[in-house]
Amino acid sequence: METFKCECGHLNHVGTVICESCGKPQDETATDLLDMKYEGTARRSIVNNQTFIDKVWMFFSSVKVAVVIIIITLIAAALGTIFPQRDLLPPTADPATYYQDEYGTFGKIYDFIGLDNTFNSWWFMLLVASIGISLVICSLDRIVPLYKALNKQTVTRHPGFLTRQRMFGTTKVENITEEIEKAKKNLIKKRYKIREENGNILAEKGRFSRWGPYVNHIGLIIFLIGVMLRYVPGMYLDKALWVQEGELKPIVGTNQNYYIKLNDFHMETYNKKTEGKVYEEAIERFGNDKIPKNYQADVTLYKRQGNLIPGEEPKLTKVKDYNIRVNEPLKFQHFALYQVDYKIGEFSAFLFTLEDKKTGKKLGPLKVDLQNPKEVYDLKNGYKVELRNYFPDFYFNSDGVPDTKTRKPNNPAFVFKMTTPETPKGEVAFVAIKQNIEPDGVNKYKMTFAGIETKDSTGLTVRKDLTLWLLGIGGTIFMIGVIQGMYWYHRRVWIQNQDGEIWIAAFTNKNYYGLKQELKKVLGDTKIELPIDQQSEKSV
Amino acid sequence: MIFLHMGGTAYMKKNRTLIRTLILLIMVAAIGYTFYINFFKEDEVVSKGSTAPNFALTELNSEDKFTLSEQKGKGVIVNFWGTWCEPCKREMPFMNELYQKYKDQGIELFALNADESEFSVKKFVSDYKLTFPIAIDKDQEILNIYGVNPLPTTFFVSPDGKVKRIVTGQMTSTSFENYIKEILPK
Amino acid sequence: MYELSSNFLFISFICYIVATFFFGGSMKVNDQGPNRWATIGISITILGFLSQITYFITRWIAAGHAPVSNLFEFITFFGMMLILAFILIHFIYRLNIIGLFALPIAIIIIAYATVFPHEIKPLVPSLKSYWLHIHVTTAALGEAILAISFITGLIYLIKNINQSKSTKKTFWLEAVLYFLITVVAFILISTAFNASGYEAKYNWVNKDGVKEEMIYNLPSIVGPHKGELTTEGKFEALAEMPALINAKKLNTVIWSIFAGIALYLVIRLIIRKRIGAFLQPFVQKVDSDLLDEIGYRAVAIGFPVFTLGGLIFAMIWAQIAWTRFWSWDPKEDWALITWLFYAVFLHLRFKRNWQGEKSAWLAVIGFAIIMFNLIAVNLIIAGLHSYA
Repeated sequence: METFKCECGHLNHVGTVICESCGKPQDETATDLLDMKYEGTARRSIVNNQTFIDKVWMFFSSVKVAVVIIIITLIAAALGTIFPQRDLLPPTADPATYYQDEYGTFGKIYDFIGLDNTFNSWWFMLLVASIGISLVICSLDRIVPLYKALNKQTVTRHPGFLTRQRMFGTTKVENITEEIEKAKKNLIKKRYKIREENGNILAEKGRFSRWGPYVNHIGLIIFLIGVMLRYVPGMYLDKALWVQEGELKPIVGTNQNYYIKLNDFHMETYNKKTEGKVYEEAIERFGNDKIPKNYQADVTLYKRQGNLIPGEEPKLTKVKDYNIRVNEPLKFQHFALYQVDYKIGEFSAFLFTLEDKKTGKKLGPLKVDLQNPKEVYDLKNGYKVELRNYFPDFYFNSDGVPDTKTRKPNNPAFVFKMTTPETPKGEVAFVAIKQNIEPDGVNKYKMTFAGIETKDSTGLTVRKDLTLWLLGIGGTIFMIGVIQGMYWYHRRVWIQNQDGEIWIAAFTNKNYYGLKQELKKVLGDTKIELPIDQQSEKSV
Repeated sequence: MIFLHMGGTAYMKKNRTLIRTLILLIMVAAIGYTFYINFFKEDEVVSKGSTAPNFALTELNSEDKFTLSEQKGKGVIVNFWGTWCEPCKREMPFMNELYQKYKDQGIELFALNADESEFSVKKFVSDYKLTFPIAIDKDQEILNIYGVNPLPTTFFVSPDGKVKRIVTGQMTSTSFENYIKEILPK
Repeated sequence: MYELSSNFLFISFICYIVATFFFGGSMKVNDQGPNRWATIGISITILGFLSQITYFITRWIAAGHAPVSNLFEFITFFGMMLILAFILIHFIYRLNIIGLFALPIAIIIIAYATVFPHEIKPLVPSLKSYWLHIHVTTAALGEAILAISFITGLIYLIKNINQSKSTKKTFWLEAVLYFLITVVAFILISTAFNASGYEAKYNWVNKDGVKEEMIYNLPSIVGPHKGELTTEGKFEALAEMPALINAKKLNTVIWSIFAGIALYLVIRLIIRKRIGAFLQPFVQKVDSDLLDEIGYRAVAIGFPVFTLGGLIFAMIWAQIAWTRFWSWDPKEDWALITWLFYAVFLHLRFKRNWQGEKSAWLAVIGFAIIMFNLIAVNLIIAGLHSYA
């Protein structure tokens, strides 16, 4: 790396604005205030840009480039909120047609450009990756020279350095040493660290706050690493698990190691009668029983014992009972189960009575379990009902024949054969909701609907996230860095004996107002005059 | 510290370039891997060539117990189906025929129903007069392990226990027979 | 208890109005440092603040949960935090001009809040967590501190923009002031029509072809798709909107814009010059550098608080309640945009020429983003997050 020698003897890298050691400004003709950014040190990358690698490095080490990347990301993120994103659509919506249906031409364009999936798109991820790269390279490029410069700075500064500080002033005094001593004592009281050389002083405090930005950048980098880690298989799981009341199911993602049973699901709403008077107005506005109060799934968690071949009955031991509520997930090992969704009133059983059409006499009721219906229902004394066919989700298919759409009992239909002492050969009836077909002509008996049983289901989300700790650390380090950098200030005061005058200059990286107040107190009982804010004068 | 100027400037320059290249490579590699996993890698649970996960089943009518691992040495067809699925219904007849034809040549066929009621499955079996082992996959446990999505999906497992072929959707009688031939034990 | 809390809010509102006049008076004496007017002004402000805290506590007791759970509660709390931030800044810097601007803006914010329904609503399950207290309050505090930079930025621009002729800058400064006036106009017409109990019911057909009812609280300039007015004698719509558009919200926006224009024109007519030019003499004595520094310091202090409250606490709570700490829903997204924007602000300050006026413009834009998140995202872009 090319270097040059300052008049004080120190070797600086080419591009240095202020000598690392004595502070002499390299541009001797300039008279404006010194740009104290990074102590005027040379950014490593500007020095030599011969190779391709160097060019790439230099590109990413520029703050301007970083700012541009952030602004583009910002705009992209804003565009992503114009219409709902693809994976936040209501579950019934079909992404292919939703945008055009809901939002017309604009929606179609939005979908076409790919903005409907902004945040999972490759170009958005690339933007975030670029911010990450920029964070790494910007920080590396500056932290080393800054550290060196702050370590190497000498007490006695070149006059050119002092005159071009924002806070600078000279005073003619009689007893220079005495006044400087007084100032020194006051500075110590204000917790400055003093270094002396030839009667000159460098008072410094809060240097650690200069490292704040680098600490917070490290925090962000760790956070981004945590985000990347989520894509590694096994680190992250996000699956839905529906369980019906009474059902025992293996928890997806746990490799059949854990099972869950839903004992009861209930939801409560705010009702005028049960709530305090203070809520009355709000409840009226939204509707009685319309504002949800609680969603709760009372479950039991089981652990499997021993080895298991899928398909076998597992040997289970109970781990614990738990009531899963919103904001109160069930946690075990690295997993967490959240209460997310629910279905109320799914058909679980239909009740029927066998009715004599003429007399109205009813036998039964018999209960048909819609998950697992029995074949034969013996009502004694020669009365028997057989289930001939069962369609949980009934419809007439393309051949005009009753069929089932799915395995879920959304719309149950049955073919019953009714045998009575009166009709020993049996009569067949097709029974569905609001439909009763008698294929053999008019029957003497019919199956009448006697009631339903329903069950509720809870929609749980199973979550495993091994990256959370890393993200937490990243976030914490970021906060430390940002507090370190923003809430403390690096302040330096130089007081020098220059040809019978006292020269005083002061610098802070933030909060000149506070520095000025502090200097007033430091110099109050001395004969040294307050340095002038040269920027204030110039800006007027 | 690497950036301290000790030694010649040429040495330092080379060293610096090396360090920078290394850092850039690490970042590109990490980001590249993330992109690859996210956009290209399929979320495959069981794929062609992998070992077919073991499972146990209780036959619907006979209540015999089978496991997949016991079938080693035989070619096994694992078919996932449901009574509501039209293509499944069309397949079943010739699946039955071909099962009869090849079962003495070292072929086994397990048809796993996607957790419907015993009543519906038994009725289907008797209506279609199916002769191969049928079992109800409770909670679709095995279906999930095999990563099955649409029905029907059929896995052809060779005698060494590895998945030779995965077919989603309905097959024709001819193709079904060809696939069987692929997993006939030698 | 509920009535009591409302009374305290009203008292604080009056205090802020009175304090504004005292700060105005203090400008005649000197622009910085202690003077009698300013001392009275800040004392009344503190009184108002204490009164508002009392409102907060009494409402908390009445509701059984921290009153930050809907739009009305949040915006009043935000106004309170703004007052707090102002009080702190005042004691550090003693720059009296800030009071003259900060208090009216806080008043506008609180008045805006009262347009929204303010009955006490019981908490829905997702809000039942102590994180409600932590996330929402810290985020509001962070935003309030950042808002101080908007205030100093605004004063900076009023002072420094050359008003001798019309330029892009004078235009945009007027635009910012026009926006503030529009908010005032909106508050005035909403309050007026609310007080008169204006209500017009429409039966209309939504985009799925289903009949629905829509209730208007402002006379309809634009009506809903295939709307039939069912309330007798009310104003008929001038134009019918396609089913895609929420006619009621559009109607409110149109009313606000026109009322804002009307109010703006009236003011212009009275003062006979641009509002920016009119205000300029009042702020001439203020030290621009100090304004710039306070603005920067506000961002420096507010940014970490906003990060903590608006992002970190938010993510922790989202993980617990919604299973994912980040879902890219509009409000989360705009919080991120706010954060990125202020990060840009802080980085641009490195360049000497970005300090001063450019910084002031950035501070104004930053506040606009915060307001967008508060108003547009909550009311227009729906999502998991809207509790309005």
